[in-house]
Amino acid sequence: MPLIVALWCVASLLTISVFSVVAGRMRGGSAIVYGASLAISAVALAGALFQLLHDGTPPALTLPIGLPWLGSHFRIDALAAFFLVVVNLGGAATSLYALGYGRHEESPGRVLPFFPAFLAAMNLVVMADDVYTFLFSWELMSLTSWALVMAHHRNPDNARAGYIYLVMASFGTLALLLALGLLAGPMGGYGFAAIRATHPGMTLATLVLMLTILGAGSKAGLVPLHVWLPLAHPAAPSHVSALMSGVMTKVAIYGFIRIVFDLMGEPSWGASIAILTIGGITAAMGVLYALLERDIKRLLAYSTVENVGIIFIGLGLALAFKGAGMKWAAALALTAALFHVFNHSLFKSLLFFGSGAVMTATGERNMDRLGGLIHRMPRSSVAFLVGCAAISALPPLNGFVSEWLTFQAVLVSPDLPEWGLRFASLAVGALLALSAALAAACFVRAFGITFLGRPRAEGAAQAKETDRFSVAAMFLLAGLCLLAGILPGFAIDALSPVTRIMVGGQMPTQSALSWLTIVPIASSRSSYNGILVFVFILASASLTAFVIHRLASRAVRRSAAWDCGYPEPSALTQYSASSFAQPIRRVFGTVVFRARERVDMPPPGSTRPARLEVELHDLVWEGLYAPVVVAIGFAADRLNRLQFLTIRRYLSLVFAALVALLLVRALWQ
Amino acid sequence: MAVIGDLAAQGVQMLVVLLLAPLLTGIVRKVKARLLRRRGASVLQPYRDLLRLLRKEAVLADNASWLFRVAPYLIFAATWVAAALVPTFASGLVFSWTADLIAIIAFLGSARFFLALAGMDVGTSFGGIGSSREVMFASLAEPAMLMITFTLALIAGSTQLATIAGFMASSEVGLRVSLGLALVALAMVAIAENGRIPIDNPATHLELTMVHEAMVLEYSGRHLALIELAASLKLLLYISLIACLFIPWGLARPGGGVPDMLIGGAIYLLKLTTGGVLLAFFETGIAKMRVFRVPEFLGAALMLGLLAALLRFVSRSF
Repeated sequence: MPLIVALWCVASLLTISVFSVVAGRMRGGSAIVYGASLAISAVALAGALFQLLHDGTPPALTLPIGLPWLGSHFRIDALAAFFLVVVNLGGAATSLYALGYGRHEESPGRVLPFFPAFLAAMNLVVMADDVYTFLFSWELMSLTSWALVMAHHRNPDNARAGYIYLVMASFGTLALLLALGLLAGPMGGYGFAAIRATHPGMTLATLVLMLTILGAGSKAGLVPLHVWLPLAHPAAPSHVSALMSGVMTKVAIYGFIRIVFDLMGEPSWGASIAILTIGGITAAMGVLYALLERDIKRLLAYSTVENVGIIFIGLGLALAFKGAGMKWAAALALTAALFHVFNHSLFKSLLFFGSGAVMTATGERNMDRLGGLIHRMPRSSVAFLVGCAAISALPPLNGFVSEWLTFQAVLVSPDLPEWGLRFASLAVGALLALSAALAAACFVRAFGITFLGRPRAEGAAQAKETDRFSVAAMFLLAGLCLLAGILPGFAIDALSPVTRIMVGGQMPTQSALSWLTIVPIASSRSSYNGILVFVFILASASLTAFVIHRLASRAVRRSAAWDCGYPEPSALTQYSASSFAQPIRRVFGTVVFRARERVDMPPPGSTRPARLEVELHDLVWEGLYAPVVVAIGFAADRLNRLQFLTIRRYLSLVFAALVALLLVRALWQ
Repeated sequence: MAVIGDLAAQGVQMLVVLLLAPLLTGIVRKVKARLLRRRGASVLQPYRDLLRLLRKEAVLADNASWLFRVAPYLIFAATWVAAALVPTFASGLVFSWTADLIAIIAFLGSARFFLALAGMDVGTSFGGIGSSREVMFASLAEPAMLMITFTLALIAGSTQLATIAGFMASSEVGLRVSLGLALVALAMVAIAENGRIPIDNPATHLELTMVHEAMVLEYSGRHLALIELAASLKLLLYISLIACLFIPWGLARPGGGVPDMLIGGAIYLLKLTTGGVLLAFFETGIAKMRVFRVPEFLGAALMLGLLAALLRFVSRSF
């Protein structure tokens, strides 16, 4: 039943997509499209939630479309149901936001047809149960999102972002195609059920794992495959950025889990070391990039890279524990990772919505030209603040719970049998701690520079609060962040069917515990109670305020800022996004980004201003991608000559190639 | 009946930390003054300062937002709850399972998050410099603290403070290299987190090296009182933490009666005073360091913490 509902939802989304080619020109067309997407996503969300909580036998269905001898297989097991919840919750919130935000769109004809198709494609990836349907939906997801990235294609930066995205997406799909092809084997058992039944050998498994990391990891944004992400996510309209960062990266993670945990069979411990290391590096690098970024949407995109790293740390630990036969620990680590998937989809969508509201109100993405928006956009700023606190892992919000669970999983790792794995988990634990602390710094900076202080440019001074649909969507997500933070036990319980089928174990049932405490392993080991923490902090803060206002003083006087007696009227003397990051740039950036600062002081008596120049290098791009770009350019120049041959020479080339291939074939035998 | 007793003990703990925190600050200031051959203000002076500030009107900058006014209450509440969850005179109080050591660190992180935001709210350059340095220190101090937590959790098999304290007081623990490293690292983190010399100077004003004082420069009246009280509470929290982890003797056991708790309270006072005096001696004997030396100091703490945890990963006997 839920599968039928989900497939009908997909079909209706695709229908709307076609319809909106026409509707894009009508007045109010965007309201119809986004309203319908909202309704359909809500229905699909309800169906997925029912399937996840009900936990019956996974419904499966084969449709006679696609490859003639294969058909299209669909199936919703617990893992797919969970990711359908993430996709459709994000889809519903985004559609609600877009009801207001979409009105400001200059070229709706370039956004409206692709938006529902993008949602439909993400749903299809998660439901697919054979290689062909999976890859087809995956490619549909890439192409629709590429079209959305290119919505404002006249901007040369967006065109470059779209180009790099297209290249990386094709590369990723190619890697997945090879991975799934290797798994399906020469006999062509393309159904996932057939793949699950066969067990690949050691070499094959390693090869498949590497290809999956390349394919799914490039879509999710693992370092060093992340380069397209901070270009493409911000280039799209903000509600699409929210979908790409909050939801599409999660679909990529779904693909990774499906292949590595489900289809590949028993993992080797070397695999988990690779995933752990990549995850740790991704988390730390992502947040460092984010800290040095001045463009608020690119900052959020880099922070997505960080959070994907945190999720992969959880997945790597789960794989390690699964390999060692510690099912309860594997369940803990996988729950931590999946809960972070859910949490990140909430707060990252919320933050992108906020950045979209800021962009509509001010026309600026550069934080150094913002400031003081808390006075002009009071409601958006509250929601954005909740998102910042949640992503900085502050209790009692949801980001803290999933990071706490990940730390608890790291603390089990000394029981692992392999030395290498133990050291890798400790090192990754340290990287996780570092990136958690840096993320807090990053979001103090993001909120403080954008919303606090005085406006740094005219746009920020003239800003107006955004429309009520956008505010409603932001508060919906902010409320869910709080709810998931204070009642995490229910979310953990809802994830137990997923861990049962993926790692064969589950965490202790949480919702039955007194006071709704969560206890990952045993109560003598660790426990956390979000709701009591929330009540304690709220109660003691209000009690203090009440007592002080009653018994001491409640008088307030407004006056000019004190600033040690030297208040400076120019808003440019405030700390900017760059100066706020300067201490951290100096501590971490000198190694990671080869950051150099040059101060050019005018000689005494000169009235010329002093100059401070900062030089940063993106070593990943310069070391890994730039040489490839140069090599391709070189090869293209050389091969260019082949374009202007006579027909006779072309025929002889074809002949030579045929002979060479036949020779190879003959020698191979 | 037992429930009421448990709740009362927890309530007493909340009040004890709140009432003792200014006294601890007073003791540290008094001892520092005596070491410098000054007479120094009475140890009760912080209480008088707080009362004076509380009665005064709060002066707000013209463009201060609601966040500026709410932040002191949140900072105070988060620090207070954190301090009340660290065992002082008794371990395993009724709400001790609400949050483990990782969560307590995160509470302090929340307080710092809002303090740094409040520093940026008015839009002065002093607030910005304080906030940006504070988050830079925190980006190293917090991982160091988590590494210390890892070490302790791996030794005691738990991140719950009550369980760790119980384990540390038992005979199983013995002398361990990793514990020594963790203690040094914890002391370094405590000094940095509380903005003591050599990291920051709580007594100065208008100096380019200042961090904490720069952030709270725009605060006055009751808001300032709350922030000062939160700072005192944080100092008390760290000394209680070191005491309950490394000298856990005298803590009343879970289920211990009132006499146990009274003895525990007396011993706790002794530990607190000793901690304050040692801090004063340390601060007097050392010079303030440049801001960009601090990352090296905290990096050393982080490496010590990591090394301690690593030793635990190598062998259970370290």
